[in-house]
Amino acid sequence: MSRATATDLVYLVAIVGFIFALMGLSSPKHARTGNLAGAAGMLIAVGWTFSLPSVYGQTRNLVLIIVAVVIGTAIGVPAARNVKMTAMPQMVAIFNGVGGGAAALVSVTEFISLPGKSIAVYKICEILFGVLVGAVSFAGSGVAFAKLQELMTGRPITYRGQQPINAGVGLAILALLVATILTANTALLVVVLVLSLALGVIFVLPIGGADVPVLISLLNSFTGLAVAASGFTLDSNLLIVAGTLVGASGMLLTRMMSKAMGRSLPNILFSAFGSVITATGADGGPEGRTVRSGTAEDIGVLLAYARKVAIIPGYGLAVAQAQHVARELADTLAERGVEVFYAIHPVAGRMPGHMNVLLAEANVPYDQLVEMDDANPEMATTDVALVVGANDTVNPAAKNTPGSPIYGMPIINADQATNIVFLKRSMRPGFAGIDNELLYDPKTTMLFGDAKDSLSALVAAVRSA
Amino acid sequence: MEIVAGPGLMGFITIFVLAAFVGYEVVSKVPSILHTPLMSGSNAIHGIILVGTMLVLGDAHGAAQLTLGFLAVVLATLNVVGGFVVTDRMLHMFKPRSETKPEKPATADGDDGSPS
Repeated sequence: MSRATATDLVYLVAIVGFIFALMGLSSPKHARTGNLAGAAGMLIAVGWTFSLPSVYGQTRNLVLIIVAVVIGTAIGVPAARNVKMTAMPQMVAIFNGVGGGAAALVSVTEFISLPGKSIAVYKICEILFGVLVGAVSFAGSGVAFAKLQELMTGRPITYRGQQPINAGVGLAILALLVATILTANTALLVVVLVLSLALGVIFVLPIGGADVPVLISLLNSFTGLAVAASGFTLDSNLLIVAGTLVGASGMLLTRMMSKAMGRSLPNILFSAFGSVITATGADGGPEGRTVRSGTAEDIGVLLAYARKVAIIPGYGLAVAQAQHVARELADTLAERGVEVFYAIHPVAGRMPGHMNVLLAEANVPYDQLVEMDDANPEMATTDVALVVGANDTVNPAAKNTPGSPIYGMPIINADQATNIVFLKRSMRPGFAGIDNELLYDPKTTMLFGDAKDSLSALVAAVRSA
Repeated sequence: MEIVAGPGLMGFITIFVLAAFVGYEVVSKVPSILHTPLMSGSNAIHGIILVGTMLVLGDAHGAAQLTLGFLAVVLATLNVVGGFVVTDRMLHMFKPRSETKPEKPATADGDDGSPS
């Protein structure tokens, strides 16, 4: 068997590992095994690549490769190990961005190394696609990271003539692409690279923090496509298949996520959603309306003598690291014979399934986690809806106010419960930047403060009730 | 300048199209609670660009290629190790009770505004 055939076979094994990784994610039971299969595939592929003459042929280059891998591992492993579970979305963004950057660099380096002017057009096209998409993914992920990490404002950034400017940059890139294809000029390629980075930044600026996870999913898909383009450039089945798997699955996931928010993808990308604080109901806003605020003791009694309590967690619960106290409260109530369940919105937290991860971390049993579609029929017979650090996902404006930016988004029907309790730090609107009329509902009681402190106070209050 | 497709290109395009369908099909069965690990897991898989960067750096000549190639390998390695470690940590949370140990608590630093 020739070395080339052996290489193809080994890479095929790696590809099967990747497919198993994605398949394993179909159930919590096999997900971890699947991920290990993917990691094994990666290890086999990378390990075998070291045995190829083009990699070990030049000792100096081999040393550089090993040093680079060691540096990357030394930075990546501690970063990934130490990140808080709440900061996972921005971590995924950063690891996605570097992948896009690597793909763009591969394309640039290949372009430089191509001999003379006799390059086939399709070769240049593949390279340009890799540079463009990889650079957009790299720069876009960087801005997405900054938004989620709150290094910059999470609100959409808009300026006069934004759309024409963005379109202008897009057209300029298009023109440059054609020019580069015709001339195969390296200087032009560098301009394409710089403009693509700029496009990545200005593309992400007008996207609000609440929509950034959808964007990360889209950029994840882009990186996959950039990797596939590198695969075409390097004549590598491995890169084409792995990149395309990610590109296709990322597209599907992006669609599922925008569907969960009740919006279309173009609306998410181009509408600068959440840039203004919009008034909700027809009465023009919250002015003059009163909010009822209660003590932990009052609410503790309310919970202790309820028959059915729905806990509706949101990102506020996550940032306060309150998932463990929330479970303590649920357990305390359950000991008193109260029926408790968690109503989970599909986009609770920062990404679909993010809240499930956080609650699983706090050892909340699976059967208490109820998805939105199953939870909503239960809400009418629920005595207390306890909303912990959530806001937009229970905002009735999504059902009742056609003019509202979140109109049409599926919500958890907290408004149907007999009593509603909000644990919030302040009256500030949620991530989408719109007011919530449910806060002013006569059925609603507010308990202001950090979610973790409030929940601890409630546990004590329920115990003494 | 050559316009016609080179040898093998059609084969690569075929593989590309088939892989797109496989990716779409395999993922369409994933339950929503696993969407976040899925995003992270697929993120790790495109770290396979590491193999590409190794081939490029291995073949590199001259300062420009060496520098770019070196940077590419570092970035790709970050993608691979970061992607798999983060995904594994997430999936660790889905294991049975007795085996999980709680994360160390961290300070609360965010607001309560949330999409959820």
